[in-house]
Amino acid sequence: MKEHILLRHRDIPDLHRLEVYQKHGGFETFRRAVTTLKPEEVLNEVKASGLRGRGGAGFPTGVKWSFLPNNLWPHYVVANADESEPGTFKDREILESNPYQFLEGLMLASYAVQANLSYVYLRGEFWQIARHLDACIAELEAAGLLGEHLFGTDYSLRIYTHLGAGAYICGEETALLESLEGKLGQPRLRPPFPAVYGLFGKPTVINNVETLANVPPIVERGASWYRTYGTEKSPGVKIFCLSGCVNHPGNYELPLGTTFRELIFEYGGGVPAGRKVKAIMAAGASSSLIAADENALDTPMDYESVQEKLGAPLGSASVIVIDDSVNIAWLVSKTIEFFKHESCGKCTPCREGTFWMNRIAQRIEHGKSAPEDVQLLEAVASQIQNKCLCALGEFSIMAVLSGIQKFRTDFEAKVNG
Amino acid sequence: MVVKMVSLTIDGRAVAVPAGTLVVDAAKKAGIDIPVFCYHPKLDPVGMCRQCLVEIGRPLIDRATNQFILDADGKPKISFGPKLETACTTPVSEGMVVVTDSDKVVAARKDVLEFILTSHPLDCPICDKGGECPLQNLTMRYGPPVSRFLFDEKMHLAKHVPLGELIYLDRERCIQCGRCVRFQSELVDDPVIGFSQRGRALQIVTFSNPGFDSIWSGNTTDICPVGALTTADFRFGARPWEMNASASICNHCAVGCNLTYNVRREAKAGGKTVIKRVMPRQNEMVNEIWLCDKGRLAYHYMESDQRLEQPLVRKGGELVPAGWDEALNLVTEKLRSAGNRMVMLVGGRLSNEDLFNLGELTEAQGGQKLLYSYMGGGDLVSRFAPPKGSNLGELGAGSVVLVVACDLHQEAPLWWLRLKQAVKRGAKLIVASARPTRLDKFATHVVRYAYGEETRTVAAFLPVNVAGAPQVIQSAAKTLTEAEDLIVIYGSDGLYLEESTALARTCAELLLKTNHTGKVNSGLLAAWQNGNLQGGWELGFRTVPDLAERLEKAALVWVAAADPAGDDPALAKAVRRTGFLVVQELFLTETARMADVVFPVLVNAEREGSYTSGERRVQRFYPALPPKGIVPEARPDFAIPALVGEKLGIELEDHSAALVMEHIAAKFAAFAGINYQRLAEVAEQWPPVGGSDLYYGGTSYLNRQGLGVTLSDVLQGESLLNPAPIQTTQRQKPSADALPVYPIQLLYDRGTTILPSALLHERLVQPAVWVHPTTAAEHKLQSKARLIYEGEAVEVAVLLSEQTPPKVALLPRSVGLLGYWLEA
Repeated sequence: MKEHILLRHRDIPDLHRLEVYQKHGGFETFRRAVTTLKPEEVLNEVKASGLRGRGGAGFPTGVKWSFLPNNLWPHYVVANADESEPGTFKDREILESNPYQFLEGLMLASYAVQANLSYVYLRGEFWQIARHLDACIAELEAAGLLGEHLFGTDYSLRIYTHLGAGAYICGEETALLESLEGKLGQPRLRPPFPAVYGLFGKPTVINNVETLANVPPIVERGASWYRTYGTEKSPGVKIFCLSGCVNHPGNYELPLGTTFRELIFEYGGGVPAGRKVKAIMAAGASSSLIAADENALDTPMDYESVQEKLGAPLGSASVIVIDDSVNIAWLVSKTIEFFKHESCGKCTPCREGTFWMNRIAQRIEHGKSAPEDVQLLEAVASQIQNKCLCALGEFSIMAVLSGIQKFRTDFEAKVNG
Repeated sequence: MVVKMVSLTIDGRAVAVPAGTLVVDAAKKAGIDIPVFCYHPKLDPVGMCRQCLVEIGRPLIDRATNQFILDADGKPKISFGPKLETACTTPVSEGMVVVTDSDKVVAARKDVLEFILTSHPLDCPICDKGGECPLQNLTMRYGPPVSRFLFDEKMHLAKHVPLGELIYLDRERCIQCGRCVRFQSELVDDPVIGFSQRGRALQIVTFSNPGFDSIWSGNTTDICPVGALTTADFRFGARPWEMNASASICNHCAVGCNLTYNVRREAKAGGKTVIKRVMPRQNEMVNEIWLCDKGRLAYHYMESDQRLEQPLVRKGGELVPAGWDEALNLVTEKLRSAGNRMVMLVGGRLSNEDLFNLGELTEAQGGQKLLYSYMGGGDLVSRFAPPKGSNLGELGAGSVVLVVACDLHQEAPLWWLRLKQAVKRGAKLIVASARPTRLDKFATHVVRYAYGEETRTVAAFLPVNVAGAPQVIQSAAKTLTEAEDLIVIYGSDGLYLEESTALARTCAELLLKTNHTGKVNSGLLAAWQNGNLQGGWELGFRTVPDLAERLEKAALVWVAAADPAGDDPALAKAVRRTGFLVVQELFLTETARMADVVFPVLVNAEREGSYTSGERRVQRFYPALPPKGIVPEARPDFAIPALVGEKLGIELEDHSAALVMEHIAAKFAAFAGINYQRLAEVAEQWPPVGGSDLYYGGTSYLNRQGLGVTLSDVLQGESLLNPAPIQTTQRQKPSADALPVYPIQLLYDRGTTILPSALLHERLVQPAVWVHPTTAAEHKLQSKARLIYEGEAVEVAVLLSEQTPPKVALLPRSVGLLGYWLEA
């Protein structure tokens, strides 16, 4: 893309400094919103833009905001900066290099739902970023952009950062809330949903960092401008995290609907010489494996197309490329080990199922298994399916089931070899 | 209150249950079992174990008309979701269709059970829970017959982890259902255990020091659905099926918790029958399915080798063993000559039957029927207690409870728990106390007063006085005046007998003046220190302020189940000077040592009888041990006055407690109509517990032996408040710098019925006075100080406690110390 919308620091040097961000129009949108727009006008603009949650679920952001009941107060906005999905590293770049755009997005979201207190929940490993964000927040307070009676209005807003202790599950929004409340990071029952019963039992919006970074340009330039990017149902731009067997891994900000082929070959420089793309994981470790045939490579990366044409979710668009040097049984074993390590243990199928799958997968990977172990692994994965308390358990089997179904020979090679 | 009913269909059966009922309970009430592990009907649902997955369909609703969409047959079209749902977290809704027996559900149950068993050690043959284990039972009923998990891939974990000295955790058996963690945080507000780590490494740990610091810890072993949590008392002690169960009643406090003694004969006990454990027995009107740890673990006094084994008679200044006849004859002779100069002093450990016979003998002599208690006012409780049909478990919106001078968590733990739950249901709580207690955080109003101001504080709530009272009292008074139901509970925090008698009177007056008498769930309760003190009041025994004088002047003093000489130096002096002293006891107490004749008696597990609880509920206990069990020579307390009576020509029942109860019912109006058959009546209770229901509510015992009967109401009215308010004794301060000492009641005191239980020793309160650090500094108190009582001083240890109010010293009762003043 000629001009970045989210990764603007790539176009503007020193954008992480407040004066530079402000020189390029920063916080004017927030000022204009607070002083001249009604909260619902901000909300409606975001709703009209069709922006969908970039954390993985792709739920329409404006709709999510509108669920907060106006007879229960206070409201909270929580930014989910727990970026833990293997192969995902987009939020980190925004937070490190374009923090003010994210913060302005968080502030606009807070204004839209009339939250006076908002939180940024960061994974524990992001402690340096949290320090930088704290400094940014202090600067905003000093500059009169955060605090009491902003711009002379009745609206007040404070933002605090909170560090997790290093758990993948805390990216799940209700586990995140538990952790933010100082409790063990385990997901809650839903319903009630956070929009009604969220942080400290109050209505709460939880948005991904990238989602929030989209908000300032949307409010500044309008929903119709935003819709010039992307597709009808998946409007806008997305940061694709490209990794795995590619020559130029990295973050690529592209319109939704860009094909896998464009991303991998045009931007990512293709796979190492002499190899072929064998499989794609589009949503990090939570991916259903995509067999990388011509049809798959030409599929546009938007929420609908990937699901409908390939039966796999786009998720957080963390595209991990697997070439033909990789045995899928090895890959599946790695994903199982990850989920087994990260299962919170609250519900039985996930706690016991990932543990059991890991035992089997380890034996398969190390050539210490009988052919019926592949069947057993598939059976145990199916047995977990649709029984878990939260999505983590359901994600833990996606690569297993798709891997065995689409690349069975890789498993058989391990078993027989 | 009108409860909205919801109609639904479960497995084709039409069911109607109150709105808000969870599907799993609705099914249970319809006789359809849905297996659960994490769900417990007394706890909030969490949906963790996934064992209760069922198919749930809901009628399609036309958004325009808000009506059900009907099919061709005119029946609502039902839409089933793509996934199974947890029955334990889903409330019923109108027209819902639940399927619990489809192939899909049956398969899912097998799947989840297979998962749970992958990490379970399957060591049922050596597990304490084996035989009464939900996991074992549900596996037999719903589980896969074989596992595909390779046995040698099981994870091995520590099997003997002490969470404290009372409770052990077997980490391999734990299925991470979290019932114990939720019980401790949700139900008893002691969040001292929790989960640590995650995934398969998730494990129960304790956060407190000492470990598992909660008076409720034993209950977690009842609701643990596997053998992960066991008590140090019972683990590896016996298998459930080897033991007989016998119903009894706890007599450690006024609540009267229903319990079960599990007993078996043991070779290592010389073929004797011994008590292996104490388990709660369900009574939703009293203790629900819970017991405090004192009730569960302090039973070892019954088997103490210090028990009195045969009658003793003083000869040549020494107490020497004697035959029953000799002892009885001597007492008979002395009674004849004492005539009406006889005093009968009874304690609250005795049964109604014991009290009746002792009382009848005394009345025949024209003697005095005295009750040994630190608290007064039981005559007022008789008249003002909440009438029949009252239930702390039903208090909710509109109910107000005033708790005065009572550390309820320590004085009557189950009442504390039930009040806390009542607050959760919407009841309001007013706490008036001199120091912070565990009730404060659940209270709508907390009124703090200085020790000595108890009665004046309650008097300030009276409509006639409230106008001039401080704001906090005015607002609390408004709350209790406007209450639909009002219960007033008084305790003994900082009170001596006279003060507590005065307080009881003012509490009764408050109920009367705010029109809260004669109504269900309104009335007066006292947190007595023993299980049957209220029974003593009902049967005509009275406390007196001049006990020492009366003991000293009597020609014959007969003491049953009380140790005045051990508790109080002034009473010891009086007892020593009395004409002739008869004691019937379990142990050779200080009083017994001074006696002329000592009779050995049986503990409640060796006999039958009944107690009257603080709520005036008469409840039966049954013999758990065979006759001539622990102490062959001992007799039940009621038999001794009957045997003496026989010699004096007074006809009393000496053999059958049931017949004694008939005499009680004939004589005392409040007991009219009560007999052992009625006391044994039961009714269906919720939640179902016990083996016949695969331990849905845990291993608390099903109540098959009687829920008890509340005593009949006695007439109430202003005149009942007579006599006039009691004046309390002003005590002379021995020196300008002396601190007043106030007695407090703690659960783990050092009384004769708790000391023999070695397991509890680490939890027992130390014999010491408590002083605030600032007060200690101001009064130059070091680690030792002088405790002054009736002009005599003893050295006492001083403990600094931030919870103690300034300018006073607190002294726990039943630690072998007594004093009114403290000096450096």
